[in-house]
Amino acid sequence: MGLFRWSQSRSLWMMHFCTGCGAVEMPPTMTSRYDMERFGIIPMATPRQADILLITGYLTVKTLKRVVRSYEQMADPKYVIGFGSCTINGGMYWDSYNTVKQLDLYIPVDLYIAGCMPRPDSIIDAFVKLREMIAKGEANGWKRYRENLEWYRTNQAKVFNVEKWSAIEP
Amino acid sequence: MVILEFFLVLIGITALGLLYGGIARKWSARIQRRYGPPFYQNFLDVFKLLGKKNTKSHGVMFALGPVIAFTGIILSLFFLPLGNSRPLLSFEGDIFVLFYLLVIAPLGMALGAGEAANPNATIGIARGLTLMLGYELIFFLSAIAVMVKFNTASLWKIVEIQGTFPKWNLFPFFLSAFAGLIALQGMMGEKPFDLIVAPHEIASGPMVEYNGKYLGLLQLYHAIAIVVETGLFVNVFLGGGSILTFILKTFFVFMLAVTIDNIMPRFRIGQAVKFYWKYPLIISLLGILVVFIWR
Ligand code: SF4
Repeated sequence: MGLFRWSQSRSLWMMHFCTGCGAVEMPPTMTSRYDMERFGIIPMATPRQADILLITGYLTVKTLKRVVRSYEQMADPKYVIGFGSCTINGGMYWDSYNTVKQLDLYIPVDLYIAGCMPRPDSIIDAFVKLREMIAKGEANGWKRYRENLEWYRTNQAKVFNVEKWSAIEP
Repeated sequence: MVILEFFLVLIGITALGLLYGGIARKWSARIQRRYGPPFYQNFLDVFKLLGKKNTKSHGVMFALGPVIAFTGIILSLFFLPLGNSRPLLSFEGDIFVLFYLLVIAPLGMALGAGEAANPNATIGIARGLTLMLGYELIFFLSAIAVMVKFNTASLWKIVEIQGTFPKWNLFPFFLSAFAGLIALQGMMGEKPFDLIVAPHEIASGPMVEYNGKYLGLLQLYHAIAIVVETGLFVNVFLGGGSILTFILKTFFVFMLAVTIDNIMPRFRIGQAVKFYWKYPLIISLLGILVVFIWR
């Protein structure tokens, strides 16, 4: 089991769900200047292959539906990083009528990166932190999601203004 | 005893392919002035994928697809001479069998990915099978030049007859070898022919729905395929020698492909097939003509 966990912490495939303005910091992080591939982190094209879901910035209610759906398509173990103040408390959209304020109510977030917008340095810092957390077995948002599925579903249904909602429709 | 030996070869070749892949990633990174991942990164990727918890399957064929691909490539290992060590099976005409076996993997992928019913996968499969019309023809024609000259269709005999360094087929058959190299680029799916798995365009094509353990199996398949495909080229054109020289040669051929991959853009599918049926076709036909004149 040690081998698997070690390789999980060293090889992370990321899907960046680029919603807000913070997405503009991703290209420098991926390319030559900051080069996140040296940590074994590479961008992946589909949620099925990904390990990290990176939410870059504010989420409208409409986008949140897609995010939850993508999150549920990922294979366990999976990790979520909330990027920018918008995912923490709404950021500068704190009084907006159609963005969600706190991402943690809808999907389990393992790590937040504060800042509006965070520099590539802090993104790299977060990746290193996440790596340590996985190696120690602390990043278990995916377990939390399984155990408290009802609670998350209730929150999701509330914000989508429906009676009952499940992400993956038959 | 034979079975044990074969398993050793299988494990060795898989490790070799993963190592090549890792070094290639590092090499690409250096070309792009990045630091790059560690050379053992591909091992970690495979371990991680095999250790994933819930793997989503879309049906029986979907699950069988990677298995078929993996089986096909293992079967082709039976026929591949590794330097001077004789393959498990060799007979007159085994080179045709080897070509057949290399087609099993894309077909298995096509069957498997087709069940997922993802439009990106369908596009990827269509491209893959179309591109095959291009590179198979060229690679085959360039190998035929050698077969005609040596009057044999056995890969092991071709290796045996041509011997070591100064007598490499590369020198007398340089036209065919050049065309073969271009075909190899398409066979391995490196740029400019990476349109099957174009990640930014069709979200990694046939692999789009594969996840977890299936993806791990596909990575292993890919690792072996690297060695088998470069090994095929090495055996036909770059002579025999000890197993160490075989490793060095395949490594060199693969790194050449990766270097070209790093400096090329991507063809559209129509352009790719048109390209194959124009210049490499002419070159490989010239190669055969040379053989007939030279006899
Ligand atoms: S945190 Fe700032 S930079 Fe990021 S999405 Fe919100 S407003 Fe934009």
